[in-house]
Amino acid sequence: MSSIQSEIRNFVADNFLFGEDPESLLNDDSFLETGIIDSTGVLELVAFIEDKYSVEVDDDELVPENLDSIDRLINFIESKLKELK
Amino acid sequence: MLLQSLLEQSAHNHPDKVALVVDQKRYTYLEIEQQSNRLARALLQRGLERADRVAIHLDNTLEAVVSIFAVLKAGGVFVMVNPTTKIDKLTYVLNNCRARILIIPEKKRATIVEHSDLLPHLKTAVSVGPATSPQENNELQMPRVESWELLQAEFAECMTPPATRTISIDLAALVYTSGSTGNPKGVMLTHLNMTSAARSITTYLMNEPEDIILNVLPLSFDYGLYQLLMAFRVGATLVLEKSFTYPHAVLQRTIDEQVTGFPLVPTMSAILLKMDLSKYDFSKLRYITNTGAALPTEHILTFRKRLPHVQIFSMYGLTECKRVSYLPLDQVDIRTGSVGIAMPDTEVFIVDDAGHRLPPEHVGELVVRGANVMKGYWEAPDRTAERLKPAEIPNEMYLYTGDLFRMDREGYLYFVGRRDDIIKSRGEKVSPKEVENVLFTHERISEAAVVGDPDPVLGQSIRAIVTLMPGQELTEKEVLAYCRKHLEDFMVPQKVEFRDELPKSPNGKVDKKQLTLP
Repeated sequence: MSSIQSEIRNFVADNFLFGEDPESLLNDDSFLETGIIDSTGVLELVAFIEDKYSVEVDDDELVPENLDSIDRLINFIESKLKELK
Repeated sequence: MLLQSLLEQSAHNHPDKVALVVDQKRYTYLEIEQQSNRLARALLQRGLERADRVAIHLDNTLEAVVSIFAVLKAGGVFVMVNPTTKIDKLTYVLNNCRARILIIPEKKRATIVEHSDLLPHLKTAVSVGPATSPQENNELQMPRVESWELLQAEFAECMTPPATRTISIDLAALVYTSGSTGNPKGVMLTHLNMTSAARSITTYLMNEPEDIILNVLPLSFDYGLYQLLMAFRVGATLVLEKSFTYPHAVLQRTIDEQVTGFPLVPTMSAILLKMDLSKYDFSKLRYITNTGAALPTEHILTFRKRLPHVQIFSMYGLTECKRVSYLPLDQVDIRTGSVGIAMPDTEVFIVDDAGHRLPPEHVGELVVRGANVMKGYWEAPDRTAERLKPAEIPNEMYLYTGDLFRMDREGYLYFVGRRDDIIKSRGEKVSPKEVENVLFTHERISEAAVVGDPDPVLGQSIRAIVTLMPGQELTEKEVLAYCRKHLEDFMVPQKVEFRDELPKSPNGKVDKKQLTLP
């Protein structure tokens, strides 16, 4: 497991799964469809990413394509980190 | 007039017009009419009798829309259940209304089958979506689980609705709403109640067939449900989204679909006003509406500044009669903090504790008259009697809203506060008692009290104050996790406070006044 992946999984498990088995969340499960994150949850998630990886997330990047599963989050963070380099 | 005629008339007048845009697909009025007709026949074939209740526990989807009209066409009463409702409360609702049929997404099938022993009234469960696990059907199993596709295929050749069995004073829906005693209560609404409300609202919003209405609110919330009813009533197009979780994606949809009407609750408007709206082309947007809780005056002023061409409708209502009042557009800049005047074909006045009408500028309880007023709460005569009280006019009942208002000299209404301790969070009612009841079931929690705090985004945020059993430990996260498991998303507290004891009044009850913020 990459370090980003484990960090993201831990954050999601701690903040949104609330005691459910973290293994039950697959990397490509949609947060929206599984109902685990709402609009305040998205803002918490974005605050975490900005803080943890020192990146800035624009309003128009707040879309499911970037944020709606563990896999998508990893891709998004990796591409943001590349921009910084 | 029957509620399903909203669809039937539009399907007759403009069959090929797009009625619904959902999940990136477009459906015409004729398609929705025909799918509803087929499902209605399939429901009848499964023994649905006139006035039987059918619970619809689906997200904002095509199937939810089709189900609503199918149940009505079959002569039944539909009951929307929030998609985030957990099994314990779902069981309560299904048993309370003795639902005969339940429509669920496939992923909830296993849970229903597991709990079937607790659901003695449920005969059929219809599951929507591709099967994820093998069907465990056998002849003896109750409820029988059948797939949506199967029901649609049975009457594939059938284009027309079944014969009508209902009249307009029959029940069309039960809408469950939080009550101060903890258990939700079913608001009984007739066809006439709902068509009357839809007519009044579309009248003052000046809706027309060219409107394209975006709805992100759940269809289980009456504000969301009415967007569907109103759009279909005027032959407009409804763009249905599942949530406002990704605001940018939703705003992009408003532009792509050239949305003209956008209903909000204060939480959404708080999020919108934090975004840079100048990036979006809102030139097609004609109006926004707000209800659920009063829109803060500064929100209205900011919208006026940033989107000067957009009409803002500030409204007030309650599930028991759907809508009460709206602020006419020419008053928005003059009486910004008011929720306006009674909507068309509705009458309101303010009374004191003895039920006597009060003159202007006095605070009292708001009372409503109109064809939109509910028939009462389902099988709860005592709770009905608290809200529906005999009128001065013989054989009429007035709706006592439980909300305190003041009316100015020109008849404009101002919301003052609630009579009970119900919390309004994200525009939805949260019963502190219901949250407390869940907390009480936690083995390490001894006492619990739940209060609402003012919150700029949520309207009110929910705070739980708990004391623990002797020698026990518990973290805020653990308490929230427990709440998540047992409550709908909007009822989960934002904050948990631990105390050694709770303040009590002389008669030993928890004194919530001492717990609320100054």
